[in-house]
Amino acid sequence: MAGRGPAGRSGAGGRFAQFKLVLLGESAVGKSSLVLRFVKDQFDDYRESTIGAAFLTQTVTLDENTTVKFEIWDTAGQERYKSLAPMYYRNAHCAVVVYDITQASSLDKAKSWIKELQRQANENIIIALAGNKKDTVDENPDKRAVPTADAEAYAKEAGLLFFETSAKTSYNVKELFTAIAKKLPLDQAGPRNLRANPRTGPLDLRPEATGQQGAGNCNC
Amino acid sequence: MSQHGDQVEHEVQDVSSDPHRPPLPPRPSTLSFFQDGSKPNTSSRPPTRAGLVSRATTALSVADANAFSSGSVRNLRSVSSQNISSPSRSKSASRTASETADDSSIRSLELSSEHAQEQDSIFGEAFHNKRSDDFGLDSGFLSTNEAREETELVPQVDFDQEFADVPDEHDDDELAHNLWKAKKKHFLILSAAGKPIYTRHGSDAIISSYVGIIQTIISAYTSWDNQLRSFLADDTKFVILSQTNLFLVAISTLPESEVQLRAQLDALYMQILSTLTLPTLSHIFSVRPSTDLRRPLQGTEVLLSALADSFTRGSPSTLLTSLESLRMRKAHRKIINDTMVKARVDDLLYGLIVAGGRLVSVIRPKKHSLHPGDLQLIFNMLFEAEGIKAGGGESFLPICLPGFNNRGYLYMYVSFLDVASEAVRELDIDEKIAKEDAVAIILLSANKESFEDLQSMKSYLIHELRKNGSMKVIHRAVQNGRPLPTDIVPGTALRHFLYKSKGNVQFFMPSFEAQFSDSQSRRQLFSIYGLLHASVHAKFATVKVQHMVNTTCSALAWVTPMFELYCIASAGTPRNALAQNANKVVQYIQREEERIFLIGGATF
Repeated sequence: MAGRGPAGRSGAGGRFAQFKLVLLGESAVGKSSLVLRFVKDQFDDYRESTIGAAFLTQTVTLDENTTVKFEIWDTAGQERYKSLAPMYYRNAHCAVVVYDITQASSLDKAKSWIKELQRQANENIIIALAGNKKDTVDENPDKRAVPTADAEAYAKEAGLLFFETSAKTSYNVKELFTAIAKKLPLDQAGPRNLRANPRTGPLDLRPEATGQQGAGNCNC
Repeated sequence: MSQHGDQVEHEVQDVSSDPHRPPLPPRPSTLSFFQDGSKPNTSSRPPTRAGLVSRATTALSVADANAFSSGSVRNLRSVSSQNISSPSRSKSASRTASETADDSSIRSLELSSEHAQEQDSIFGEAFHNKRSDDFGLDSGFLSTNEAREETELVPQVDFDQEFADVPDEHDDDELAHNLWKAKKKHFLILSAAGKPIYTRHGSDAIISSYVGIIQTIISAYTSWDNQLRSFLADDTKFVILSQTNLFLVAISTLPESEVQLRAQLDALYMQILSTLTLPTLSHIFSVRPSTDLRRPLQGTEVLLSALADSFTRGSPSTLLTSLESLRMRKAHRKIINDTMVKARVDDLLYGLIVAGGRLVSVIRPKKHSLHPGDLQLIFNMLFEAEGIKAGGGESFLPICLPGFNNRGYLYMYVSFLDVASEAVRELDIDEKIAKEDAVAIILLSANKESFEDLQSMKSYLIHELRKNGSMKVIHRAVQNGRPLPTDIVPGTALRHFLYKSKGNVQFFMPSFEAQFSDSQSRRQLFSIYGLLHASVHAKFATVKVQHMVNTTCSALAWVTPMFELYCIASAGTPRNALAQNANKVVQYIQREEERIFLIGGATF
């Protein structure tokens, strides 16, 4: 139970907020590796595909008064799990959409996820675009398939946070999640206990959001 | 997945309406036999079949045989009615036995020394009752180097080599093919159109020609309106499982029967269905027969390989199509069951606690049972493959349990626990846990929105299990491990045994420790079990007791309507000692049944 106790306790006057975060993107772009680096500061050279989705938590301390706890859904990238995605992003406050900077097609997939999120997820969802496997390009610049400028321009246009990351070297991983935490509407999140009402997070400002999923309900 | 052609739809219904779903967990009513039989040590009763008695020329009386009051179960008596001249391999010996055994339900098969000149090293010596003290525990039963040369019967497998990657063809064509051919066992899955879907060994480039040949052979038979099920080439056995759109092929040089290999292929097919469901699989191929199924299956190769490798190592649960439970007191198990039922949420279909691949507790609705094959799929996914265990924390995934319903998904919530630590915390991401020590709470629901409910059920469950001390009970049971054969029958000559309770669809076995701790000797052990199992399960076999002797061991299979027992002792162990020990094992299990097996489970 350690680490899963009642949320909302923090130093006197400190702020504590809990947010749901979902990772999306094509398979094998490094979603689980980014999470592993973020949560455990580890990296596995060989990692088996995620099956379904894994649920993890990690707490980020923004400053001495502010703590943000992420409840992370690390989803599997395979096409066959696509119909489950709405379940994971439905109540998400933030999303990290990952692509592989050495695979141009993975950016296309990322763009389609972003479109879907913007259409179907919470209206105010914060989306970050992460171009992973920077280490591969550092080692061999010829392997780059997506120019930084292109992805950055797209991110800007779509209103996304953007980072190129490396789960392997941990480059920009902490920065990515910290940037998201900073962008979340902390002021509206008082110190609350999510456990008391797990169906609606402390930040669920749009109660109607739960009802807007038509897509996910029919196909199984 | 809503649109199917008529034909596809029809097939789907055929399969899903299959009423043969073996009941598990079973009803406690199966207990009655054991209760009846628990009266201790009535003197041994002769087999009821007159013919048998009259033929028993050298019947050895078994002093301490246990008597079952049920007339359908005969006492185990060693009856050496005749020496069957020894074919060079006991596989054929058992075939002979089953052919000639119509008039005898109990037979001890002696492999005589007729071929002693050549086969002396395999069978002859042992037959001449080598004194058992020559084969003391440390003399390396099944593990000496001589044994390897002699016992072609139970070939050794170098697992490092067996599971090593085959290099790509580009590097060295011939080397790659030779390495591929050197594997003891292959599994290939191809589409009806001949596209490779899965291979345990080798890249596409290496297997393509073999896949082509196999497909040609299979389709030749199909075109003659015949179905090719298996064939033998030299010592290599080929078994083919034909499904509507798939061919699954096992190629093995290990001593395994067709039935056993087919069960393994069935398990692989179930794994594919559990990923895709049958309607999806049918739909994919009805739209485009040439579809490359590897894409929709992407990421599950590891699960197929985990299954395949467990078969190559030797899997008691597949051999016996049953599961193993964690041994604990009946009262303790009841508390855990009750706690689970109390913690149940509305959406829950099945709730399981599993420790190191052994069942601790099951709760289920009254009208639904659980298929052992389904549970094996789950156990494979959780305990053999790393994907979910390595994910740490909690997982939630769609899974089709073909035994339950091959047409749709259930949603499975999994949480791995560290029961050892004082706090019973959840495992951190990527914390490495040994398979044997991993304890998982598995909650299944038909509702894909059930994650939060199942998660809160788990939190409550852990809290309650800690409070009532059950976590400690589980932890202790896990730590205790399996008993040694000598813990079960003091001073026994038995090195290992497998006991399957047919009514409970569960098996029990002692620890592998000391004798079979390395994977090679374990493989040899399972090769012997495989031979024993094959001989008593051969088509039309009426053999109920099979005694097998070779230089490395003396082994016995005993099948009754209630159980199957396979036991192995050191070479030279006399038949009557083996029979006596077998009886003691059965007595022990009968006495401990409610601890060893999970009986009935809790229903709601």
